[in-house]
Amino acid sequence: MSYTRGEPRWAVTFTVLLALIVQVIPLPDWLALVRPSFIGLVVIYWSIFAPHAGGIFAPWLAGLALDVFKGDVLGQNALAMALIAYITMSLHQRLRNQTMVQQSLFVFAMLTVAEVVVWGIQGWTEQSVSSSWRWIQPMVGAMVWPFLSLLLSRSHARA
Amino acid sequence: MAVFGSGGSRSLGGRGPSFGFRFFCYALLSVVLMFYDKRGGWLDTARYGLQAAIYPLQLAVNSPSAAWRWLEESFTTREKLQAEIDELRGQLLNQQLATLRQAALEAENATLRGLTQAFPEVIAKRLIGEVISVEVSTLRQRMVVNRGGNDGVFRSQPVITGAGVLGQVIRTGPFSAEVILITDAEHALPVQVLRSGVRTIALGTGRATSLELPYVPQNYDVQEGDVLVTSGLGRIFPYGLPVAKVVKVERDSTQPLARILAVPLANMESDREVLFIWSHPDHPASPASDAAVAVETEGSKPVVKP
Repeated sequence: MSYTRGEPRWAVTFTVLLALIVQVIPLPDWLALVRPSFIGLVVIYWSIFAPHAGGIFAPWLAGLALDVFKGDVLGQNALAMALIAYITMSLHQRLRNQTMVQQSLFVFAMLTVAEVVVWGIQGWTEQSVSSSWRWIQPMVGAMVWPFLSLLLSRSHARA
Repeated sequence: MAVFGSGGSRSLGGRGPSFGFRFFCYALLSVVLMFYDKRGGWLDTARYGLQAAIYPLQLAVNSPSAAWRWLEESFTTREKLQAEIDELRGQLLNQQLATLRQAALEAENATLRGLTQAFPEVIAKRLIGEVISVEVSTLRQRMVVNRGGNDGVFRSQPVITGAGVLGQVIRTGPFSAEVILITDAEHALPVQVLRSGVRTIALGTGRATSLELPYVPQNYDVQEGDVLVTSGLGRIFPYGLPVAKVVKVERDSTQPLARILAVPLANMESDREVLFIWSHPDHPASPASDAAVAVETEGSKPVVKP
């Protein structure tokens, strides 16, 4: 197991659980409408800085947990999270060297991709409840990203 | 947590299958899940188990607000408690007066219907549950309650509060149940105007304070201030539970249907305690009995069908 030493598995598990909790804490409506996908943000973070700690399984599982939480069709958030984890992991070495602004733009793109996937599946499975506010959420996510990534970087030793 | 990244997770180093291949596998798995979940069936059992798995997380989310309420309750002053007790005593007295003639009225009702004895109480069994403060979805009107399959709660079970109908169980786990409120945009409830007997359907609007009655023809007798009760049709809710109060009736003579809005009597946002109810199958007002429909349609009132 020597090659996995130093990979922040506990930090990954803990922060993913925390993100799940933050995702479902009841908020006033106006705040809840702009609440970004914290799961998405955490998945992107770990896919960049510790792609081997969670692999694609952890994001997938986190997405599945979100589906169960929200009572959505099982697998829609799981698929979205697995997809953004995969894209981010493929680019993780380049992303590590980018500035915070560039990373934020990337985060915006990824969260939008996740939202499009979920939106598409919701359309396909005829879950009719939707609002155009959901397209604001990736933007808020991109704004939250610098703070979140600073916060998360304290949870593990960066390579 | 051996599950996270177990096995050959060093794909970039050349070990194990590539990220691309593994993503493909998970994507396939997701699509299969979606397909079977949409169709229903064996995945419901899996979901029941998964509900149990996330229950601790839901409790964790709930704990800050639960702790806050506990603190608030612990530091209530004696005067406040006394005032509350006085108020409750007054309420109790009023309730007792209101039900004083209940037994006599029920006997009278039975005689009028030509029956030899009064029916048993339509609500055979009730169970109090507490709402867990978890946001299920921003745009949906749902709530999670701390009673589940282990307590006998079942899918489509009516959920009410002291004031009126709240909703019905849409999904159960062993320890918790998800309730869809009558105000959810995907919920429709068969109702009856108490005063005039007009039957229609109340649709949720997605907002906690309003219901819509879109299928009432112009000339039907519905007024502002009318109380809506469950009509007993639909086989889920027993007849006669209070639902909402009509607040707005708009009649536009160019339209065939009136536009009617109602406010639910139950307070969706602040009620912490809810009641799961079981109907008595022998009662004619019970949703399960065919007698219910027969007895109630005798009154030659037009049954409104959307």
